Amino acid sequence: MSVLAVRALRKSFGALEVVRGVDLGVAPGECFGLLGPNGAGKTTTLRLCLGLIAPDAGDIELLGEPVPRKAREARARVGVVPQSDNLDPDFTVAENLLVYGRYFGLSPREVRARTGPLLEFAGLTGREGAKINTLSGGMKRRLTLARALVNDPQVLFLDEPTTGLDPQARHLIWERMRRLTAQGKTLILTTHHMEEAERLCQRLAIMDHGRIIAAGSPRELIAKHIEPQVVEVHGPAGALEAWMALARAAAARVERVGDTVFCYAAEVDRVLKSLAGHTELAYLHRPASLEDVFLKLTGRDLRD
Amino acid sequence: MRWLAVWRRNFLVWRKLFAAAVLTNLADPLIMLFGLGYGLGALMPAVEGMSYITFFAAGQLCTATMYTASFESMFSGFSRMHGQRTWDAILYAPLVIDDIVAGEIIWAASKAWLTGSTILGIVLVFGLAASPLVLLAVPTAFLVGLAFSAVGLIMTVLARNWDFFSFYMTLVMTPMMMISGVFFPAEQLPEPLVSVAKALPLYHGVALVRPMMAGEIPQQALAHLAVLLGYAAVGYLLAIRFARKRFSE
Repeated sequence: MSVLAVRALRKSFGALEVVRGVDLGVAPGECFGLLGPNGAGKTTTLRLCLGLIAPDAGDIELLGEPVPRKAREARARVGVVPQSDNLDPDFTVAENLLVYGRYFGLSPREVRARTGPLLEFAGLTGREGAKINTLSGGMKRRLTLARALVNDPQVLFLDEPTTGLDPQARHLIWERMRRLTAQGKTLILTTHHMEEAERLCQRLAIMDHGRIIAAGSPRELIAKHIEPQVVEVHGPAGALEAWMALARAAAARVERVGDTVFCYAAEVDRVLKSLAGHTELAYLHRPASLEDVFLKLTGRDLRD
Repeated sequence: MRWLAVWRRNFLVWRKLFAAAVLTNLADPLIMLFGLGYGLGALMPAVEGMSYITFFAAGQLCTATMYTASFESMFSGFSRMHGQRTWDAILYAPLVIDDIVAGEIIWAASKAWLTGSTILGIVLVFGLAASPLVLLAVPTAFLVGLAFSAVGLIMTVLARNWDFFSFYMTLVMTPMMMISGVFFPAEQLPEPLVSVAKALPLYHGVALVRPMMAGEIPQQALAHLAVLLGYAAVGYLLAIRFARKRFSE
């Protein structure tokens, strides 16, 4: 049985169709990533899955409950970490958990019993009485994660969980997410941070313009959609242009973006050799990453 | 009863800020009551068979209740809905927007009821009302609170920014206060204004509370109650309808 099953999902806002026929399946215990550029429809898909908005067409089943009809029942066993923090600024850290637990029908006694372990998990032990506006961005995020766990959910939805955090805070959140997966919880996250997706997710779907355009494990996606080796070459325009004909002959695919040329190939020995003598050009040889797949599939144009 | 969790959230905030909340809610109406009541009252004969301060106390009880309900449902409600995004966080839990609307309206009415009841307590302490019948003003204040909280919450879920509330306050609440018999008998106004007043909730709150102050059962009490209940019920349904629309976008 799957934790989340979505079929032929569609949603328009006015004349704009934001979700245009999405199918998804998430298995128990996996960390599933929904990737896409800004405006791809990720957050809308998440909101549809939670039953916060009604779809125009398609079926959603979350934890065996049809959504949105039985969304309330499903949400009782779900936790949500939203994109922007909406902790209650009128309350302390502990009061935030207490009040939030009450929305799930938990008594103050039950929440108090959970507060210690939850704050320990969030690295906020000893901060019970702290005001929200005295917390750093990373601490707020961790408290939001703790808040999402107050009802001991089976599934956690995380909408861009590390956007805007510094590397230390980000790594801590990643470590906690891995711990949750180890505990058997199912994680569903949206991100446009490729490193995050590659590190955490067993399975991914890449979304663009309201559709799923590729799905699989990070390795599968790289193997299927892109050449395994990349050489990135930077340099002045004149030098790049003088050399690019050689690159085109040596690599399977060559892309130029401003003052950088990307050469993709199964074997890059010939590309590296072609660079000999071009002392004005600096280069980087690396294995292909999820980011290369992402850019190939969704293009390099800016999304606003 | 899921709305109760929303009510209790607001109650907990209020309890934390108790002193400031009570002071700001009560200081203004009490200064007005004693300032105008004794000051202006000294120049006036009895109005409708009672001293001016007693006459005005009935109006002021309803007006203060109206203002508390409106401020809480509009300014505080909008801050929770829009600024703090508290409603968004609540909606991830097994609550729906209808629960939030109900919780917010009943909360604002509760806070308004407390304002009205406290003014009534002061009226009693100062011996401005003789009869125990005046205690009927306690449930009446809650009903006045419900009517204005429901209407206020409609404004909140329709509002795109804070300025929106200024229009409602300046163009609706202030004129309503002038024509609803708060400061002087509404019936002395020229005709179209009396009819306008009777179509609005404040007039009916005052019409109920004022006779209670004098120890009389209000005339046409059922009609007055029906108007207040109507505003509360229709306001509640409209607030839910507009809130659902806003949160489906």
